[in-house]
Amino acid sequence: MEYGPRRATLVLEDGAVFEGKTFTGEGEVAGEVVFTTSMVGYQETLTDPSYRGQILLFTYPLIGNYGIIPGDDESRKVQAAGVLVREYTPYHSNWASEQSLASLLEEEGVVGVEGIDTRALTRHLRDRGAMRGFISTAEHDSNVLREKANAHPSMLGLDLASTGSELTEPTLLPAYGEERCRIAALDYGVKGSIYKELRSRGASVLAIPGSSSAEEILASEPDGVFLSNGPGDPAALNEAVDTLKPVLGEVPTFGICLGHQLLGLALGCKTYKMPFGHHGANHPVRNLETNRIEITSQNHGFAVREESLPDGVELTHRNLYDGTVEGLWSPGLRTWSVQYHPESSPGPRDSGYLFDDFVESISEKARA
Amino acid sequence: MPRRNDIESILIIGSGPIVIGQAAEFDYSGTQACRALRDEGYKVILVNSNPATIMTDPEVADVTYVEPLTLETVAEIIRRERPDALLPTLGGQTALNLSIELDEAGVLDEYDVELLGASIESIQKAEDRQLFHEAMDRIGLKVPESRTVKNLEQAEELAAKIGYPLIIRPSFTLGGKGGSVAHDHTELKRSVLGGLDASPVKSVLVEKSVAGWKEFELEVMRDLSDNVVIVCSIENVDPMGVHTGDSITVAPAQTLSDRQYQTLRSASIRIIREIGVQTGGSNIQFAVDPEGEGFYVIEMNPRVSRSSALASKATGFPIAKIAAKLAVGYSLDEIPNDITRATPASFEPALDYIVTKIPRFTFEKFPGTAPTLTTRMHSVGEVMAIGRTFTESLLKAIGSLELDPQDITPRLDEPNPYRIFAVFEALRAGMDIPEIFAKTQIDPFFIASIARIVAGEGSLSGAWSREDLLEAKKLGLSDENLAATSGTTTEVVRGVRRALGIFPTYKSVDTCAGEFPAQTPYYYSTYETEDEVERGENPSVVVLGSGPNRIGQGIEFDYACVHASYALIEGGYDAVMVNSNPETVSTDYDTSTRLYFEPLTAEHVLEVVRREKPEGVILQFGGQSPLKLARELEEEGVNILGTSPDAIDLAEDRSRFGRLLTDLDIPHPRYGIASTGAEVSEVAHDLGYPVVVRPSYVLGGRRMEIVYNDDDLDLYIRSSISTSPDHPTLVDEFMEDYVEVDVDAVCDGEDVYIGGIMEHVEEAGVHSGDSSCVTPPITIHRALLERIEDYTRRLAFGVGVVGLMNIQFVVRGEDVMVIECNPRASRTVPFISKATGVPLAKVATKVLYGEKLRDMDLAGSTEGHFSVKAPVFPFDRFADVDPLLGPEMRSTGEAMGIDRTFGGAFAKALTAAGQTLPESGRVYISVANRDKRAVVLIARAFADLGFEISASEGTADVLTNNGLPVTVVPKIGELGEDVLAAIESGGVDLIVNTPWGRGARTDGYLIRRQALTHGVPCITTLAGATAAIQGIESKIRGGIQRVNPLQALYTAKA
Repeated sequence: MEYGPRRATLVLEDGAVFEGKTFTGEGEVAGEVVFTTSMVGYQETLTDPSYRGQILLFTYPLIGNYGIIPGDDESRKVQAAGVLVREYTPYHSNWASEQSLASLLEEEGVVGVEGIDTRALTRHLRDRGAMRGFISTAEHDSNVLREKANAHPSMLGLDLASTGSELTEPTLLPAYGEERCRIAALDYGVKGSIYKELRSRGASVLAIPGSSSAEEILASEPDGVFLSNGPGDPAALNEAVDTLKPVLGEVPTFGICLGHQLLGLALGCKTYKMPFGHHGANHPVRNLETNRIEITSQNHGFAVREESLPDGVELTHRNLYDGTVEGLWSPGLRTWSVQYHPESSPGPRDSGYLFDDFVESISEKARA
Repeated sequence: MPRRNDIESILIIGSGPIVIGQAAEFDYSGTQACRALRDEGYKVILVNSNPATIMTDPEVADVTYVEPLTLETVAEIIRRERPDALLPTLGGQTALNLSIELDEAGVLDEYDVELLGASIESIQKAEDRQLFHEAMDRIGLKVPESRTVKNLEQAEELAAKIGYPLIIRPSFTLGGKGGSVAHDHTELKRSVLGGLDASPVKSVLVEKSVAGWKEFELEVMRDLSDNVVIVCSIENVDPMGVHTGDSITVAPAQTLSDRQYQTLRSASIRIIREIGVQTGGSNIQFAVDPEGEGFYVIEMNPRVSRSSALASKATGFPIAKIAAKLAVGYSLDEIPNDITRATPASFEPALDYIVTKIPRFTFEKFPGTAPTLTTRMHSVGEVMAIGRTFTESLLKAIGSLELDPQDITPRLDEPNPYRIFAVFEALRAGMDIPEIFAKTQIDPFFIASIARIVAGEGSLSGAWSREDLLEAKKLGLSDENLAATSGTTTEVVRGVRRALGIFPTYKSVDTCAGEFPAQTPYYYSTYETEDEVERGENPSVVVLGSGPNRIGQGIEFDYACVHASYALIEGGYDAVMVNSNPETVSTDYDTSTRLYFEPLTAEHVLEVVRREKPEGVILQFGGQSPLKLARELEEEGVNILGTSPDAIDLAEDRSRFGRLLTDLDIPHPRYGIASTGAEVSEVAHDLGYPVVVRPSYVLGGRRMEIVYNDDDLDLYIRSSISTSPDHPTLVDEFMEDYVEVDVDAVCDGEDVYIGGIMEHVEEAGVHSGDSSCVTPPITIHRALLERIEDYTRRLAFGVGVVGLMNIQFVVRGEDVMVIECNPRASRTVPFISKATGVPLAKVATKVLYGEKLRDMDLAGSTEGHFSVKAPVFPFDRFADVDPLLGPEMRSTGEAMGIDRTFGGAFAKALTAAGQTLPESGRVYISVANRDKRAVVLIARAFADLGFEISASEGTADVLTNNGLPVTVVPKIGELGEDVLAAIESGGVDLIVNTPWGRGARTDGYLIRRQALTHGVPCITTLAGATAAIQGIESKIRGGIQRVNPLQALYTAKA
């Protein structure tokens, strides 16, 4: 490997070393290294709060091709702690782009490394599970870096959601067009597209911090409650789960990703950390009700354990890759949730019907 | 949904002979489909007239018909076989059109044959422009403003309304045939009139041009449960205005953001649902505004296509195989992904590499046609390369093209086959990216990537450090590129690279970007840290494929390579395939034990050998591409199985070969070798005209000409490449009026097996690839055949052949002479294998790994039937080219006819080649003076068969003198309906026109072009005319046997 001035070294907690070059300038960062197989959508992915604190590895080897496009962010900043790519494309080309990826990362102080054998790293993580890593452009001693990687807190049991949200106080986001219903949305680190999906269907969204109490959630007398995605281990969020329990049954509730896991926990299910999670835009999920297959956008490292589903909670969606739980429905409590991302961004738009169903059902109630 | 049990037998229609726009990709898809359906327990009935296909191997389908793809023939097959269903979507446009014909003729209803995959209604909705436009309107998608017109006036009205530029596309044609762009009224007139002629339904679509917009394609699959997945996105480097088959394309799409891509993805799903393709793959093309959100839907192919073959190779997702399974009831989630085995086919492949396809052109064979690319397809083949970056994949693809530098004439200003090289040159000359973009509309992403390569070329100087060289290799620069930019030799670069320990690693194509372990060993090289090849302990043998299809080196060679792999696996070896052609069966990951999708260059082959450590390398099946590597591989210590490089040289070096023939006492034409232009004419005078002149070591008769006098020879010397001691010109006595005979044989060093003897229909002088031939021979005496066999044996041992060989003889009277010996697989190997039932390439492979011919069961025979091979030409795609046969090969493919008589087999072969002989009507005869005597009997035979005879004045005189009733047709340009007008008005059903004089724009030339335009069969040799008479006679007298499957043919003999 070349040891030029831009040298950057990644060492994993198991001591594996990967060399590259920075394309964003100097820096050091620790985090869990996760790979995403989505071939487009680096901008959405990097700004997705669920990736907060993680070092994001893109399996697609060319990143930066179309630059950064205004309006395609999922939150106000780059959430990933570090970026690993095979080749960074310095000359971006797209009529809509106004900035290069490198300049965005530099502005936000996020280290980007190129020249990594990303496929080898992916296979390493696939076989051994997601693990912590440490990137440095200054220090290249692998023992030192390994220690630093190991010093970083493990994802298991890590509460990132409490600080995942950018929201400090309730904010009303009115429906696009005529209001059909009102939703109280608990923000644990929400992707902006989710609110766009809800609002474009006529829902006014009152976004409230994920730390809100049950009373605060129900204070606005919403027609429905939404539980957002977010980073970290759901099992670490006991308080949030307890908060949800009295809400369930009061108001129809819909959760996505972390929201799904929290809902599951509140219903009495258990969650667990997956070996290397699901991160990509090509996972087939079967809707068990219609038997149709959706190609889904996925980003989660934890999942609800199927065997733990109590009576009264039904499995609605299943991942066809590994059979894991992708959706839950509790008819008695009128709550439902999906593990994957129907708002896509990035990814296929096969699952928008979930927003239709949610908004439709609570709007009926609102009319009634 | 589970497998359908209410159907038992399924008919599959192939795509017929290889033509531009319909090539080996349909053998790949058809073979996959046949296998998949048989695996499911269905009886598969196959019809295809192309013998050079794997699908027509008797083991692939249950019942195989090598018969013409016409309504009558396929109807007869349906009558005989009573299939429950017909799968129309795997044989290209040919199969789709034929299926529509079968439906319209009521055949499908009459015999209760269910159409699988797509209904007639949905096929028409996708194919008929007007219906398609209406369908897109219904789902709110835009198509460029357009109208189907039946005449010029309607086109003019539309032009007045929507303005220029306009695209003109004839309805229902192959490969955009007849499509063109009009910028003004003159061009509009020419395009519309030409398009109306080209369209079988006499209508053209006139459409607003979006030339310069970005072009994308999505490969979509749908199952009966209405699940839809996108297998692959493809971005065209060449913007709209160039046929996608002629564009450099890249997978996946590079310059779309997620939002922009998902818009196209969602649109594709709506389109496949609206059109109503029930199951299988479709290809949808989009034009995307480079400066805004806008996009248009351009077209949809409701079937597997060239792009779907590319997408299959690019992703590892076998579209045709899956399409076949979906057609019989399975849903996507019920079919496992072959590559991961752990996951279902209901997913979208994730790539972690970049795939580049570059088309291969042969404009140089059609002088007179400007090498400009349009919406009409001209390429004859393509290469694909895989790299971890776009630069690497582009450079590997360029390296795979095997271009002759002399043919590269890059121009930046308009689309042409070598524009990519012009981009390199412009960047080297300092032109900036925006300027190149302004001239080409190639997306700046691609131009900037090429700029990185150009910068990389210049960065290596002085002593190379390991880091610098590794960077250059990661960029994709080959040893050869580096040698060229640093003024040294490839060997030196290779030596330095090895000394520095820089070697490629091999990564897998796994459909999932590493997320799951891959089971299928499909590899590409790249310079990374981890190598994934799972080599195992089994001995392996490397088979070198044939690279891109081109004229002179087509699917026939891939056929032989595939058989080599099969035979190796049968023999207990790991078969290792190296090839760069995405259209073929050889690059199906199922064909060999391991597939390396790599350029066929010494560098890449040596690296595969280094990685594999094989028992040996087989290079005698892939045509010239591997053969020309023989010396270099041997020098690097590679064990070449079979005929040694020295023996290959002995056969190819004219002097050595000449001496060998003399030593073996085998007669041959006199010849000479000239090192200068003056020597060429000296030798020609010594030998006496006519002579055959050609550069040494050529493929497909490139720049080969028959020269009759000094003037023509001067012209040849001046216009052809320079003659030098390094590049001598060969001059041979031309054996005029001889009959040419081809022999394919296998030698194991102890015995020789004569696979077959083929007699050419046309006289010597027509390239063997372009002449029709028949086996067994029909006019050659047994004693001469024995002598041919004897010479074959002598040559096999004399040259030292181990494996396949092909010898060309000329025969006249008592003379038998050898004109050429090729110690390798020939173009006729598949034809002979089909004709006799003995798979020659497999036999040869077994010989290569040590089996003896005498231990094999080689009970092939041609008893009871004749087999005729007829070539197919691309003249209709090259304006202003004379469709004459000559020593330079120009056919793209061939069809086979099998029947009890020669006449029947010839008629079938011609029908299959698209030159259906008429059974009645008017034959127009116009021959050269030298043919006037011989034409009399031919004309009389036509008259006896009931044809009216018309002729040019000179020919008519001769025929009248001989008592034949003849109508004289005025010369071109004279008063009255001249021959061109007669052809146009349908007053001529067959033309016999032998050429005289030279150069364009002779009457003969105009007649032949007119015949081509109007689809009238035109025969340009008297031997061809004689054969045609026998064919017509067979047809009229009912001598043609009804359809007969190959399996019955071989059983009958056994």
